[in-house]
Amino acid sequence: MTLADTKPKNLDVSEGDLLVVRDLRKYFPINRGILQRTVGHVKAVDGVSLSIPEGKTLGLVGESGCGKTTTSRMILRAFDPTGGEILFRDRELGWVNIPDLDKVSMRKIRRNLQMIFQDPFGSLNPRMSLLEIVGEPLLVNGVASGEKLKDRVAHLLRIVGLRAEYMSRYPHAFSGGQRQRIGIARALALQPQLVVCDEPVSALDVSIQAQTLNLLADLQEQFKLTYLFVAHDLSVVEHICDRVAVMYVGKLTEVADTEELFLDPLHPYTEALLAAVPKPNPRLRSKRIVLSGEVANPANPPSGCYFHPRCRYAVERCKIEAPALREVKPNRLVSCHRAEELELQGVPV
Amino acid sequence: MDVKPNGVTAPPSREVDDLLIEVKDLRTYFPIHEGTVRAVDGVSYSIRRGRTLGVVGESGCGKSVTAQSILRIVPPPGKVVSGEIIYHRQRAGSDGRATEEQIDLSKLAPESREIRNIRGNEIAYIFQEPMASLSPVHTMGHQIIETIMLHQRVRKHEARERAIEVLRRVGMVQPDRTIDRYPHQLSGGQRQRAVIALALACRPSLLIADEPTTALDVTTEAQILDLMRELQSEYGMAIQFITHNLGVIAEMADDVVVMYMGRQVEQAPVDDLFFDPRHPYTRALLRSIPKLGRKTGGRLEAIKGMVPDPFSVPKGCAFHPRCPMYRPGVCDEPEWLEVKPRHWVRCSRATELPE
Repeated sequence: MTLADTKPKNLDVSEGDLLVVRDLRKYFPINRGILQRTVGHVKAVDGVSLSIPEGKTLGLVGESGCGKTTTSRMILRAFDPTGGEILFRDRELGWVNIPDLDKVSMRKIRRNLQMIFQDPFGSLNPRMSLLEIVGEPLLVNGVASGEKLKDRVAHLLRIVGLRAEYMSRYPHAFSGGQRQRIGIARALALQPQLVVCDEPVSALDVSIQAQTLNLLADLQEQFKLTYLFVAHDLSVVEHICDRVAVMYVGKLTEVADTEELFLDPLHPYTEALLAAVPKPNPRLRSKRIVLSGEVANPANPPSGCYFHPRCRYAVERCKIEAPALREVKPNRLVSCHRAEELELQGVPV
Repeated sequence: MDVKPNGVTAPPSREVDDLLIEVKDLRTYFPIHEGTVRAVDGVSYSIRRGRTLGVVGESGCGKSVTAQSILRIVPPPGKVVSGEIIYHRQRAGSDGRATEEQIDLSKLAPESREIRNIRGNEIAYIFQEPMASLSPVHTMGHQIIETIMLHQRVRKHEARERAIEVLRRVGMVQPDRTIDRYPHQLSGGQRQRAVIALALACRPSLLIADEPTTALDVTTEAQILDLMRELQSEYGMAIQFITHNLGVIAEMADDVVVMYMGRQVEQAPVDDLFFDPRHPYTRALLRSIPKLGRKTGGRLEAIKGMVPDPFSVPKGCAFHPRCPMYRPGVCDEPEWLEVKPRHWVRCSRATELPE
């Protein structure tokens, strides 16, 4: 396959976009019986479309099992999607469709796609020193070796606020917050364009969370990084994201700029999520909407709108007809039949 | 054997005595190879009947070890080395009036019959990770029935009925079927409900909840917090709520203890703590969290530095290396001062803090 073949056919993207995801789907087969016949599918991700402009942060939120992690893994091509496009504007190759790429071009692209993991204890090899952990991507990509490698690693460690002398130490000598910095240094080693942050601060202590969020914001400014920020803590998402996409059982329910989404949600699920966050203010301890029931089973989702069994605004139509994601106001996408008529409550200011 | 009056807890009679647990100058140390870790180093607080005490702090501050000390389940080599834990046990006497006895839990041997009768019966513990307190090879029913039969003189079928009842009470769908399920067949939220059912099966007078919602989604967390509040008013039990999430504290607690490096730095009624915090650490914590609905777009006010390692606790006020108010010579031995009624602070400069 030559590089020319990897050019996506239908390139209709806005200027400034770095990543455009269109109708992304991932169905996992359910196999039963001796013959392991496929009896159904878990639609983990079902028609997700997103775009992220360069240098911006898109938040992807939702409850566990909503498909946010599967989506981010497909962007990094840890899984191949069942269908859909993932268009990425690579620094050298230009626009490519990630699922179409062969091994050779994928390897070229990977250095520009990096990931920061949730668990700073599980994501670092305890038998590798910091020099090896942070230097490995530089080494395997032939960017630097020997003394030059050491210089690069020292520089990277300083960028994330660690001392260069730590290079010869092993991960066990560091606290959770420091380890997360090591993971960030490794992700930044190859100067990526897009960084997928999967719950990067949820395992950290409160005082360390703030430091790490500040670091991520500084690095974004310094290196013009683009983040896909996967998280469930809405106050963190509100702080760091420019735009937020809410997912429920494999589908997007609402996409909007952060402030609008938080102050004036248009989907009842967004309203419920916002209401559920415990607010650090004892005087707001009020009657809040508690969402009853559990997340629908993606192997056997309800009819119509997937959210209708838990929705307090559901009407007959919601049980029958699945709502499409549509633009109800400029730049605001929502999938709810009643988006225009409902008056939903945002975050109390 | 201690048997509680069947089913009902006597409503707390506030006039008699409010106190349920008094922890006095508790010290729990871990003598290990590298030195002694003073996980809890002189903590004192009390829990009132039917009320919720929130304990906040970062990992390693000793909040969980304090709670484990109450139930004498500190993992070895940890030991309660000094201090008292007075449990005010109330029982309905023969004349129907509540009588009270005081037991010092710190003096009981961890394996003794006395503490075993209290554990899981009068004082229950919920852990962060629900699977840590459930056996994967026994059904839910088996585990709840076992707890009930261990502590109360009932027949098996009665215990089973009670188990179903308590599962229904914690909001489990189809409790008569769930009771025969194994933990892996339940979702995360259902497991935490099951753990709460297990903890409440004997109607304890104190429930210690150690980060009970940290592993859950926000929507499930809201359900569980609501459930705990409902059950608290129904059963009249006290809750010691341990968490690092200040939002959860604001939501749940009546009084709050803030811990840092094994000691309390501040203790106050919840409203005071959030609106008039007096310790620089509490203030910094409150300022460092991103607040919903207040997008500044700017930077968070992070606390500089990090929690020191437990072998080299800073001399004097343990927070001084990170404190913006630190003044050499002034902050050497901060005392535990009552700055307002029921509002205590350990800071030498508490009265000079800017508003």
